Amino acid sequence: MATVTITVNGKPETREVENRTLLVQFLREHLGLTGTHVGCDTSQCGACVVHIDGYSAKSCTMLATQVNGSNVKTIEGLANGEELHPMQAAFRENHGLQCGFCTPGMVMSSVDLLRVNPKPNEQEIRGWLEGNICRCTGYHNIVKAIAACAETMAKG
Amino acid sequence: MYNFNYHQAKSVDDATKLLTGVEEGKLMAGGMTLIPTLKQRLAKPSDIVDLGKIADLKGIKKDGNNIVIGAMTRHFDVANSDVVKSAIPALAYLAGHIGDPAVRNRGTIGGSIANNDPAADYPSSVLALNATIVTNKRKIAGDDFFKGLFETALEEGEIITGVSFPIPEKAAYMKFPNPASRYAIVGVFVAKTGGNVRVGVTGAGPVAYRQKDYEAALAKSFTPDAIKGIVQKDTGLNSDIHASAEYRAHLVNVMARRAVTAAG
Ligand SMILES: Cc1cc2nc3c(=O)[nH]c(=O)nc-3n(C[C@H](O)[C@H](O)[C@H](O)COP(=O)(O)OP(=O)(O)OC[C@H]3O[C@@H](n4cnc5c(N)ncnc54)[C@H](O)[C@@H]3O)c2cc1C
Ligand code: FES
Ligand code: FES
Repeated sequence: MATVTITVNGKPETREVENRTLLVQFLREHLGLTGTHVGCDTSQCGACVVHIDGYSAKSCTMLATQVNGSNVKTIEGLANGEELHPMQAAFRENHGLQCGFCTPGMVMSSVDLLRVNPKPNEQEIRGWLEGNICRCTGYHNIVKAIAACAETMAKG
Repeated sequence: MYNFNYHQAKSVDDATKLLTGVEEGKLMAGGMTLIPTLKQRLAKPSDIVDLGKIADLKGIKKDGNNIVIGAMTRHFDVANSDVVKSAIPALAYLAGHIGDPAVRNRGTIGGSIANNDPAADYPSSVLALNATIVTNKRKIAGDDFFKGLFETALEEGEIITGVSFPIPEKAAYMKFPNPASRYAIVGVFVAKTGGNVRVGVTGAGPVAYRQKDYEAALAKSFTPDAIKGIVQKDTGLNSDIHASAEYRAHLVNVMARRAVTAAG
């Protein structure tokens, strides 16, 4: 067993965990933050993407102990109260989701894309989503949503 | 996943100590291969020693005519390093085409090379650039490092601390990625330094290798046409649901020609 303290969405959370506890288990089962999804559990689909100290990572392929002391942001921490994050708003506006299962990971990955590349072209958006799989939308409206969000955010 | 003892190493020496005397110790870099392996219960280490917090193992620097990359440097950092982009752009390109962004944000050069997956990208560059693997015990020439399928020259408990890449005159990497994982079905790294040309091939066989007949032909004439007529036999090449050995043999030539063109 290990005691870990991870700051999740700005709030330090201290828990006793087994050494083998995955970060996604820590979020979903220990903290009840079920917005982060498990699609494949084999590092392929990206439904579990969260931010670790600002960068995107697959929480199904990390141990909670590895991020002891780090800042983790999940989909629950993105909106500002009732006000959606511009990326969430863009997904809603552009019909960037259908069943919504892939959406938390898609949104978290996309926010990271705009952090490293604020003005991506279509090819760069599609390339960035290589590790995020969606079985509903055909990606078209997801790409549209991200491009629209980039534009909104550029305007400030 | 079976449970294990977990240790966060403070330094390379500390990691060595933590590995000593335990039943079955395993180093962990980003965990991008190790954690999936543990989940499938393909490995059952008694103790995991995490290298994640050792600051000395991270970073990129130019040292004379070499680019030295710390073992725990992530693919993202190599892909976006100004030092690498200006000295060996082909290496930055390679790192930027590993897996997907989330994998590049956690996966490391040390972990990739130690793991020696037959379809991993880095081994081709280690061979083509004549790199040296630096460990806590010694320096290992790239040519002597990759021994076989998932097998390297590393001894029990030996820790890679960095990789030193001599800067070539020109180089390029071309891969035909598996459309799902982005691992190389075939990847070819070509590097030219003076009259010397080295060609590293990954994905095609059980372990990355140098394509010496191409090297000789390209040393005489560094053009795609110089190797166009060299028939690559499919003996010993990998064959799976993604590509037959015959197709991989064909791809080796196509990727090599594209790399020569890209190197210019
Ligand atoms: C979805 C997905 C797609 C991928 N696509 C690609 C791809 O297209 N191309 C590609 O090349 N790779 C790909 N990878 C692999 C990725 O590049 C990782 O870097 C690689 O898996 C190693 O991971 P890691 O660095 O986190 O090492 P870990 O998984 O932590 O460790 C891997 C092995 O190396 C050993 N090790 C780690 N560090 C050291 C060290 N310093 N000294 C000695 N031994 C050490 C560990 O004990 C372990 O056995 C992919 C991975 C995933 C999950
Ligand atoms: S659940 Fe983590 S990548 Fe699919
Ligand atoms: S919206 Fe259903 S999986 Fe993407």
